[in-house]
Amino acid sequence: MAWANNVLRVNLTEGTTSNEPLNMEWAGLYLGQRGLATKYLAEEIDPKCDALGSGNKLIMTTGPLTGTMASTGGRYSVVTKSPLTGAVACSNSGGFIGAELKAAGYDMIIFEGKSPRPVYLYVENDKVEIAPADEIWGQSVWAADEWLHKKYQDPLLRIAAVGRAAEKGCLYAAVVNDLHRAAGRSGVGTVMASKNLKAVAVRGTKGVGNIKDPGAFMQAVNAGKKVLAENAVTGQGLPTYGTQVLMNVINEVGAMPTRNMREVQFEGASKISAEAMHEPRESDGKPNLVTNAGCFGCTIACGRISTIDRGHFSIENKPQYWGASGGLEYEAAWALGSDTGVDDIDALTYANFICNEDGIDPISFGATVAAAMELYQIGAITKEQTGGVELKFGSAEALAWATEVTCRGEGFGLDLGMGSKRLCEKYGHPDLSMTVKGQEFPAYDPRGIQGMGLTYATSNRGACHLRSYTVSSEVMGVPEKTDPLVTEGKPELVKAFQDATSIVDSSGLCVFTTFAWTLEDIAPQVAAACGGDWTAESMLEAGERIWNLEREFNLAAGLTAADDTLPKRLLTEPAQTGPAKGNVNRLHEMLPKYYEVRGWNEQGVPTDETRQRLSL
Amino acid sequence: MLRALQIEPEKCTGCLQCELACSYQAEGVFNPAKSRIKVFTFHDEGRFIPYTCTQCSEAWCMHACPVEAIVLNEETGSKDVLADVCVGCKVCTIACPFGTVNYNQDTKVVYKCDLCGGDPECAKACPTAAITYVDADHTGLARMRAHAAASAN
Repeated sequence: MAWANNVLRVNLTEGTTSNEPLNMEWAGLYLGQRGLATKYLAEEIDPKCDALGSGNKLIMTTGPLTGTMASTGGRYSVVTKSPLTGAVACSNSGGFIGAELKAAGYDMIIFEGKSPRPVYLYVENDKVEIAPADEIWGQSVWAADEWLHKKYQDPLLRIAAVGRAAEKGCLYAAVVNDLHRAAGRSGVGTVMASKNLKAVAVRGTKGVGNIKDPGAFMQAVNAGKKVLAENAVTGQGLPTYGTQVLMNVINEVGAMPTRNMREVQFEGASKISAEAMHEPRESDGKPNLVTNAGCFGCTIACGRISTIDRGHFSIENKPQYWGASGGLEYEAAWALGSDTGVDDIDALTYANFICNEDGIDPISFGATVAAAMELYQIGAITKEQTGGVELKFGSAEALAWATEVTCRGEGFGLDLGMGSKRLCEKYGHPDLSMTVKGQEFPAYDPRGIQGMGLTYATSNRGACHLRSYTVSSEVMGVPEKTDPLVTEGKPELVKAFQDATSIVDSSGLCVFTTFAWTLEDIAPQVAAACGGDWTAESMLEAGERIWNLEREFNLAAGLTAADDTLPKRLLTEPAQTGPAKGNVNRLHEMLPKYYEVRGWNEQGVPTDETRQRLSL
Repeated sequence: MLRALQIEPEKCTGCLQCELACSYQAEGVFNPAKSRIKVFTFHDEGRFIPYTCTQCSEAWCMHACPVEAIVLNEETGSKDVLADVCVGCKVCTIACPFGTVNYNQDTKVVYKCDLCGGDPECAKACPTAAITYVDADHTGLARMRAHAAASAN
């Protein structure tokens, strides 16, 4: 029934491993991946625990469609309590290791406790080994990947690892898999490193075979692939331009956060856009973009594989970066570029490579550098802290330097590794931190896209675009166009997107499919693979259940309705240019109604009636 | 008309849909580890290259087999393994210059591409037409056309 019905539990304190059947009652309520792992986490840890203490757990989890032929069916998530936000963290990644884990016969791995010494986990089907990682501790993700591949002499070994930034306590460190895919947000890599767990290496040769109704499944899968191929976004836009297709579009609607969100349009946007990645360089006539790439089973293939100009200052004496690697996605290009005012596409690509090499979230990192640049501009941070570096908006050299020291956890990089909230508090200007619940904003200014303000304020993992991507409706008109400057109807829209996304993230599929697919396209695939009564309606209800489960975890962790807010800048300083000129985000017009449509009381707590309705 | 698999690596995104389709057709599981077609990633160059048996006319594997377990399928031109005849000696895996015949530890016999009996699943599953099933006399046609277009400019 698509699930492997097998959980691998790893006690790092004791150095022991065990297997247990998946809780199928919970699988019926929460499906898999995000929802199901959050249920395990909520049941097994104290929500008030220290995220970096041995009481926290880290769950690497697949969904029921992970490892199948369903398009994009290769996703996995890392679920834990976040050290950045203190809230629940669930970071989703593609690449290949999720499907490999499923093919090895596991739905999820639950890591408990803390190893007394650096270790990695090796999984080859039923063979599981906790092995010493002394030789790769203190090394980058890429170095660890190379070492493990050499040690096992297996080119098909799939590896997820943390880098030096995570070891040094950077609060937004990622778990990087397959060299340049990442469970990127909320510091899930920091938690992994806090357990002295350097890497997870997986080889699975069993495959995924227990499909409930194979004929119906292949029919639903092929119908789904056809819809993706024929859709303008998933069939043309994303494969050709990647998520970077958005750079010029969002800039034009005046929702491109610029220079620590002081402005809403970036004059250098076209220089760091998807179109720019296709332009041949003057030096060697080659474009930044080498090819697009697909994750496991993905028929969209939005991934970017890029090179940096060999003559660029960042790599001219570093041949190790002359080859191709994971290129700029829109979020990284925005955070590293527009938000820092840097319009040098080679510098951004270099920073992106380094973020992958040592495993940090380029969104939180870029936004933290942007905050540091503003603090430098007003004199709160000086050359004394930066060791002489001029940390100015627009400086490609400063960006490259900041990336290197943060990734290695050296000097001022340790300050940058705290994230924007703690950095701005340390230097006396908490209002300059563009964060919600301690997590940095992504690339959509909520003054120009009102629904995104509510999205950010109520996201269960802090500011995040992937919890309810109302940009889809407010800018792109999918599934139907709404006015980005209007607040009416947005509470209902945000709720619908949050619930639908929660269940897509629990299936093993990629949320990017939803530019073309609705739950009506997804439900037949889930139902045929899993059995049971999975319809669009029951999936949406499960999504709502998952959202409320996360909310209750956060409330138990100590968060309150007061945390459902936005930085003062976005609520009081109007956009200066573009179609949103004169607008602030009008969160107060949306939040009370949102609580109401959620079935929560005025304190943002789910009512007993809501809890009963959702079987919580 | 015989047809053959035509592979155009420059179109491949490395998604492994071909491996999933192949393993599901042949083994009943979604399992790249048991696929007859393999996609190789050349990371530093940003290239993905699918590779499988080209169905040699004078097939080394077929000639090397001591028990005649590899036979010509007259209809499709494929060289097929007769699993119930194969003794798992692996001589064919040594004889094949391209590595496209391999041993399966679970079944204890070798396996290779059989063109799915004339309707290859990999080609149907490929989202970018990097793998197509075309007239065996003209597998170079698309490449010739591209070069013709380039030479005209």
